[in-house]
Amino acid sequence: MLAKRIIPCLDVKDGRTVKGVNFVDLRDAGDPVELAWNYSRQGADELVFLDITATHERRKTMVELVKSVARQINIPFTIGGGINEIADADALLNAGADKISINSAAVRNPAFIDELAKAFGVQFVVVAVDTKSIGDKNIVHLNGGRIPTEKETLDWILEAESRGAGEILLTSMNHDGTKNGFDNGLLKLVNDAVHIPVIASGGAGSVQHFVDVFEKTNVDATLAASVFHYGEILIPDLKEILRQNNIEVRTIAE
Amino acid sequence: MVANNQNILGHSETPPSRGGGVGIISYGAGNIFSLTAALERLGIAYGMIYNEEDFEQYDRYIIPGVGHAGAAMHKLEQTGLIPKIKSLTKPVLGICVGMQLLTSYSEEGDSKLLNLFPIRTLRFKDSPDYKVPHTGWNTIFPEKESPLFENIPSGSHFYFVHSYFIEYDTAYTLSSTNYNSQFSASIWRDNFYGVQFHPEKSGKYGETLLTNFSKI
Repeated sequence: MLAKRIIPCLDVKDGRTVKGVNFVDLRDAGDPVELAWNYSRQGADELVFLDITATHERRKTMVELVKSVARQINIPFTIGGGINEIADADALLNAGADKISINSAAVRNPAFIDELAKAFGVQFVVVAVDTKSIGDKNIVHLNGGRIPTEKETLDWILEAESRGAGEILLTSMNHDGTKNGFDNGLLKLVNDAVHIPVIASGGAGSVQHFVDVFEKTNVDATLAASVFHYGEILIPDLKEILRQNNIEVRTIAE
Repeated sequence: MVANNQNILGHSETPPSRGGGVGIISYGAGNIFSLTAALERLGIAYGMIYNEEDFEQYDRYIIPGVGHAGAAMHKLEQTGLIPKIKSLTKPVLGICVGMQLLTSYSEEGDSKLLNLFPIRTLRFKDSPDYKVPHTGWNTIFPEKESPLFENIPSGSHFYFVHSYFIEYDTAYTLSSTNYNSQFSASIWRDNFYGVQFHPEKSGKYGETLLTNFSKI
């Protein structure tokens, strides 16, 4: 049976891991490769690196990071952040990335999804969507939730799927950083509407939140950062509780 | 393919001596950085194969492959290596699309393939409960005894990402996985092996499988 995936997310700036609490306060949490290696040993099923480096050297920095990860880690990983053109994606693929995640570049130029899927296959293209509620609507936001767009979240996700997204990473900005649980209502709505895997993100604070999101929404994977980085939730413990709740998870080799 | 070339230079200049060495068939279908990185971590010597003479240097071969099976087949045809590949008697391992190429046909691009296995590669049917691509860790169940799965318990998880699968066949399926229906997670005929999952991304068990292949 296909296992539900647990995905730690590492925010990386200038080659170092950082975690934003609501994307604003940054705290250094170590060397990304070492952290990644530790997570893979603990039983993480996949890793996501979000590069928030904002210099002209960024592509080079990202390629170096991806190569170091690919040399040492034996599980799949995704890299996101500032991927704006085919050449960025090509460089990351050749450095060993399994998938890339695009967010604002896709919102600004939706045809970029088609181009990436055509060039590299849908399995390589994760479309990350940051959503925030405005009134009774869920609206796609950019820049870590600061800038609202005109797109309604479900409409945009369906468009991304039809253009060639292979997976959706949905982050609820209302929940992100709160540790009050995932946005199960929206996640269920989205997961029922699409035919591609959905990764839930934003709001993980306790083991029960992971049980809830899998039971209530049937999403394929959950992504979290700080609860893992600061050891508040250990992946082996989390998987044991999921298993006790009859949620299929991967057992790792001794 | 800068990253690949760096590896190629590092290894093809010092071909492994007898008793070791995996030749990776180079035909431009997808990235192999993660595969070569895994072989390096495991201490398995490897090099790249570009032409017929290169085959002699190695004891076994890997056919990698990512992306579109029809496009991959077209690229493989352009290398002119197909008659040689079909005549190989040393162990050959196809990975993902590299495995699909060993079958007779793929629905992807309505493509005729190598036909080393007289079975077909089909697309997963759209279904609300089974998303496509089949993405993530799924359990594999060996159907036969094989050195490829030595020290890998039945029911172990491997990492899959694919929209097309090889049909289940009692003669050729070496291990099976269930996703919507039962399909071939791996196949075996004589010296030819194929795995649909990515051993280089499948944690410890994936590494065990690569090590097993290096000893067949």
